[in-house]
Amino acid sequence: MLKTFQRGGIHPPENKLSAGKAIIPLPVPGTVAILLSQHMGAPAKLLVEKGADVKTGQLIAKGEGFLSGNIHASVSGKIARIDEVQDVSGYRRQAVYIEVAGDEWLEDIKLDSVLDREIKPEGPEIIQKITEAGIVGLGGATFPSHVKLTVPRGKKAECLVVNGVECEPYLTSDHALMLEKAEEILVGVQILKKALNVNIAHIGIENNKTDAIEVMQRLATSYEGIRVHALKVKYPQGGEKQLIKAITGREVPSGGLPVDVGVVAFNVGTVFAVYEAVQKNKPLVERVVTVTGKNVNNPSNFRVRIGTPVSLLIEAVGGMTENTGKIIMGGPMMGKAIGSAEIPVVKGTSGILLMPDTETARSSIQPCIRCAKCVSVCPLGLEPYLLMPLAEMGIHDRLEQEHVMDCIECGACSYTCPSDRPLLDYIRLGKSKVGKIIRSRKKQ
Amino acid sequence: MSKLLTVSPSPHISTDLSLSKLMYGVIISLIPAFLVTVYMFGTGALIITAVSVASCVLAEMIIQRYIMKVPVRIGDGSAMVTGILLAFNLPSNIPWWMVVMGAVFAIGVGKMTYGGLGNNPFNPALVGRVFLLISFPVQMTSWPMPIESRFQYTDAITGATPLGFLKEALRNGEKVQDAMSQIPDHMQLFMGQMGGSLGEVSAVALLLGFAWMIYRKIITWHIPVVMIATVYVFTGILWLADPTTNATPLFHILTGGVMLGAIYMATDLVTSPMTKKGMMIFAAGIGIITVVIRKFGAYPEGVSFAILIMNAFVPLINKYIKPKRFGEEVKHG
Repeated sequence: MLKTFQRGGIHPPENKLSAGKAIIPLPVPGTVAILLSQHMGAPAKLLVEKGADVKTGQLIAKGEGFLSGNIHASVSGKIARIDEVQDVSGYRRQAVYIEVAGDEWLEDIKLDSVLDREIKPEGPEIIQKITEAGIVGLGGATFPSHVKLTVPRGKKAECLVVNGVECEPYLTSDHALMLEKAEEILVGVQILKKALNVNIAHIGIENNKTDAIEVMQRLATSYEGIRVHALKVKYPQGGEKQLIKAITGREVPSGGLPVDVGVVAFNVGTVFAVYEAVQKNKPLVERVVTVTGKNVNNPSNFRVRIGTPVSLLIEAVGGMTENTGKIIMGGPMMGKAIGSAEIPVVKGTSGILLMPDTETARSSIQPCIRCAKCVSVCPLGLEPYLLMPLAEMGIHDRLEQEHVMDCIECGACSYTCPSDRPLLDYIRLGKSKVGKIIRSRKKQ
Repeated sequence: MSKLLTVSPSPHISTDLSLSKLMYGVIISLIPAFLVTVYMFGTGALIITAVSVASCVLAEMIIQRYIMKVPVRIGDGSAMVTGILLAFNLPSNIPWWMVVMGAVFAIGVGKMTYGGLGNNPFNPALVGRVFLLISFPVQMTSWPMPIESRFQYTDAITGATPLGFLKEALRNGEKVQDAMSQIPDHMQLFMGQMGGSLGEVSAVALLLGFAWMIYRKIITWHIPVVMIATVYVFTGILWLADPTTNATPLFHILTGGVMLGAIYMATDLVTSPMTKKGMMIFAAGIGIITVVIRKFGAYPEGVSFAILIMNAFVPLINKYIKPKRFGEEVKHG
């Protein structure tokens, strides 16, 4: 029997329309807008001024906060202006606009695609390189990778878990990467193992990507201490806690981190970026983005420079059809709907999904009939039917007792609800209030 | 851009399951039991089901429009389900106006006084049934004979249900074995050839409906299986202790309202617990109370009361029985 996590979970229609499509490099755009906050923490500190000439790969902003990452120029050219641009959440954030001139990379970046298996740098040096390259979690959470690699005092990493699950419907960027860059990912895994000083790595891939499982399994035999696991298709298996449970059987404690159970987890996209940073000296300036949707002429996987406006990606698949009602950055379960196609691609952008307007409207809210489906699908063992009214009525102490902060916002509850109740909307509201209360309590 | 895009929080997709699909799924699952009851009780079954469904739907509509002044939502099918289930809990010769009274009570008092669908603590159909049982005990405990009186309505020839017959026989000091010889055999009981409420007689039809509801993921197995198993085990212990005064466990689960109660009445989504563990405690409680009433109570049958009593415990169960949270116990290894 295939491995999977036990509690909760759903199986939405997979709709992997762009599965098996090769990764096409998208032409470098005329201008890019590079946001200064593409990671969890505080915005990176700007290092360049308007009018300066930059080369591709050049550091333009330094991540100084604890959860911040470095930002590099993804193109070469002149800094046109430093201005605000709408980010994925609709806030206006500072971004560096670069007017493209040619495509001149920094000299020390190796642009060849020759596989380099030999890992020269030692642990601390690897972490240093990853920090410099501005690598953050490419699965979407954008947690800085170097922070994960710095295991806190008193904790010990025992194994590495690599996330090739891609449980979100529609998205295929990780799948495409595993098919085309399998060896590079495996070398990346060895690099991360060296940095963490662990002997074993597990790669988890859902069983709807049999070709990727086959390739990875075959190639992994020539690497020491890498095991590839085929997992049963179940959402949200790509959630860090769920994946660790599925592969190792260990449960990350409530409020804890994977390293509490001796695990450090990375997405395959991140692992590939680590390979490029360490072996090719290449900072994180591009990534694979799936552009898809039921009405999209030619759903594709593109290699895109960070900062490229979403509108160019949509044009590359034949443009937006008249009946497009929603543009989602990410997948349909956890992605964010964006209000304009001029938003730039960031490090955490795994896909662009165009939804036809027949599917965009929410159904009207019906009364809760206490069918308990939300309770049975919740992968964290929470009770969404209860959390929603508690959040609605602002009963925050009860919310905290009911473990609202454990919610990973996977959306399985709202997806499943036969009465179309906006469970997750209210749970998010409750989480943000309770989070503030907890933080202010800690300060006292 | 020519038109505005929709911006809303995730998730952006949802199942095509809806409240009304759930309700109509329940109605579809009731078709086999309905066919059996029409075969067994004929005219009476048709009249009572029609009157009950019409009264429930109309009562809900009138209350929503004229008393609560809220949008009428009889289309969701929940009032229809209550109507069918109320009819299935009545004898086939009960006068139609009593059915109307029961339906109005079920919807009016059992459901709408609490705020309508989703808010009622007690199963509305059972509230209606118990109201009628207490108000009209004679009519509610006279049971037309199956098949032979199916072209009569209130003038049908009546007899006792197997459970009623057994209780009476035991009261007269007879032995169970002697009483059993005058009761339909287990196969007839399984198919539904016995006196009883419209919907409760045929175990096989109800089990078909159960299989459909499991297949359509409308309910889970926990409540029906645990409740039937509890009744089986409890009556089994009694039977083993003294087979002269206790009927076999198989007799107990095939007669009366155990099947109907376990599959349709106790599983009412609104009035049953939210966690699997809670559901099993709830179902076991119903099983125990049912047997206690059958064995020691004045009534021959106790499923309705057992379910209503356990309905009252649901908020308590929900408060103390929580799902196992992820990461609550740290597992290592």
